[in-house]
Amino acid sequence: MSTNRVVDPATQTIPPEQAYPVGSPDHDHLAPPLPVGFEEQADELISHYPVSKRSATLPLLHLWQETFGYISDDGIEWIGHKLGLQPINILELVTFYPMFRQHPAGKIQIRVCRTLSCAMAGSYDLCNHFRQKCGTTENEVHGLEISPDGKYSVEFVECIASCGTAPVIMINDDFHENVTIKRADELLEKYR
Amino acid sequence: MPVSENRLIFANIDKPGYTIDIDCYLKHGGYVELKKALTIPGPDIVADVKLSGLRGRGGAGFSCGMKWSFIDPKRNTKPVYLICNADESEPGTFKDKQIIYKDPHQLLEGMAIACYANNVHLAYIYIRGEFVLGAKILEKAIAEAKAKNFLGKNILGSGYDLEIYIHRGAGAYICGEETGLIESLEGKRPYPRIKPPYFPAVLGLYMSPTIVNNVETLCNIKHIIAMGGAAYAKLGRPNNTGTRLLCVSGDVEKPGYYEFEVGAITLGELIYDVCGGIKGGRKLKAIIPGGSSAKVLKAGERYKIKHKKPDGTMEEKEIALEDVPIDFDTLAAVGSMAGSGGIIVMDETRDMVECLANIATFYAHESCGQCTPCREGSLWMKKITSRLSEGEGHAGDVGLLKTVADNIAGKTICAFGEACAWPVQSFVTKFRDEFDAHTAGDAAAPTPAQKLEAV
Ligand SMILES: Cc1cc2nc3c(=O)[nH]c(=O)nc-3n(C[C@H](O)[C@H](O)[C@H](O)COP(=O)(O)O)c2cc1C
Ligand code: SF4
Ligand code: FES
Repeated sequence: MSTNRVVDPATQTIPPEQAYPVGSPDHDHLAPPLPVGFEEQADELISHYPVSKRSATLPLLHLWQETFGYISDDGIEWIGHKLGLQPINILELVTFYPMFRQHPAGKIQIRVCRTLSCAMAGSYDLCNHFRQKCGTTENEVHGLEISPDGKYSVEFVECIASCGTAPVIMINDDFHENVTIKRADELLEKYR
Repeated sequence: MPVSENRLIFANIDKPGYTIDIDCYLKHGGYVELKKALTIPGPDIVADVKLSGLRGRGGAGFSCGMKWSFIDPKRNTKPVYLICNADESEPGTFKDKQIIYKDPHQLLEGMAIACYANNVHLAYIYIRGEFVLGAKILEKAIAEAKAKNFLGKNILGSGYDLEIYIHRGAGAYICGEETGLIESLEGKRPYPRIKPPYFPAVLGLYMSPTIVNNVETLCNIKHIIAMGGAAYAKLGRPNNTGTRLLCVSGDVEKPGYYEFEVGAITLGELIYDVCGGIKGGRKLKAIIPGGSSAKVLKAGERYKIKHKKPDGTMEEKEIALEDVPIDFDTLAAVGSMAGSGGIIVMDETRDMVECLANIATFYAHESCGQCTPCREGSLWMKKITSRLSEGEGHAGDVGLLKTVADNIAGKTICAFGEACAWPVQSFVTKFRDEFDAHTAGDAAAPTPAQKLEAV
């Protein structure tokens, strides 16, 4: 396999044929089953970055996570191959950004804001209430906790830009504001 | 007499019947300013924005027109990019979200004018990852605007082309720092870049000149075109022009977002007249005036500020915290900053050690880890404040905490260093007795505070 890879200084990318020379073991490995339309969506996203494909890494990671629930090793390889990057260039983003995960989250994903305005409005109690109700017992400050049945995950997150209506939570992609304990129970009923 | 709001940017926000689709925007005079702008030469718009005195609303308060004029259209040979900073993650700040979710076309129009003025043909909106719906709203708005030729090729027959794309972040605060944001947009870890160059306008995205502006700043551009830079400069105060979106949270009866002319309202008027006073009729203890990075202001403090008398001469006068007008220069003069416009209010029952521990936990989580003082220091500040708030502080902890903070500010690649050190320095200095009461030996001493359970 060629070791003489040329990095384009402007885009900091390696041309795809050099990143994964055809016929290399890496190249043959890349074939996770993708849903219909996935590749087209990926191509559309890449087209938003006419100067450097590498810029499409975050959008493709979002697309992968939205489709498959988490970023698997296959995902890292596939995105790397698609963009002409080394898998490490993708993995280093997955491990940096709090929103990406390498394992599935709960079917119902609960995020509670931890930061000052929400904490003053009771978000620590609220988060503990969710943990108790959902059966996620680990008490880490940050990090995703998943209930044993995989139904819920509860996570403390930092300020989600809604401090005037504290405490604020997100369930899946929806914001919920002024969440009292009573409201929390109602929401759990609603998202079943 | 209570000061009344002057809603320019929030004019239609929360108005009954106002919707986010382009037809509603057009009915309310939308894209009229873009049409007007396209008939004015770009450099004249830059000059007008300079004349308006508009200062950036993202945090640093740097002159917008000045930033734009770093790019010399005669000498520059590279493409120019513009990025709208919609990362909104400074704790206490929730103004850009209102614009994105409730009036997306206003942002697009302001952005399109800014792009035209600076000869930008490719622009991005960097939106924080949690605004999933916000990103969809903006994408739909872009499609609508393209269909009506307010974006895309040959906009309204002017020969000017512009593409705007949405780029979603993924939960990292440091992506709000403009060079971290650019790295993130290039597909790398969002490690802020070493300065100089001090401005991405010199060297930014893809090694080209790049303008990074906050959502609110860009919306202001539309209103500057509408009224003209000179008229805009009459709003607010000299060197602090225009209106400002203020976000109030914490212990007030009516938290929320408001828009006032810069400096037209004091902290006291905002809290007592606009926000209905401190919750439960309690007393004020402290205010963080510009997002969690801003230095805290303590109730009862008095400040000496320079004041211009009507006859033009300067006098020094002493004012109380409640009488501090909310503008860039006065908040800097009293030792804090207007920052992002996020005002967090704490009442007399709050334990300042706990509040600081909460903030320190935020910064420890968000440091990107490039610089040793910030990476290690932010963790130590979290550790020390947490054990103090749990009554397990060691003798000497308070001094140690201050020393750690003093050794971060000014010694790092990006302003996150100051952002995490300033709250610690100001809390410890101003509430020293509370911190001392929390150290070992004194841990059992009763503190007046209600237990937050916040660390
Ligand atoms: C740690 C850090 C976080 C920041 N976060 C944001 C942010 O979330 N939104 C924003 O507009 N500016 C943020 N800024 C300020 C930007 O770096 C930049 O100054 C701003 O986007 C410029 O736009 P303006 O001139 O229109 O204010 C942050 C700065 C630092 C140092
Ligand atoms: S100051 Fe902190 S956040 Fe900024 S570059 Fe250094 S380590 Fe990263
Ligand atoms: S502190 Fe919770 S949304 Fe800002």
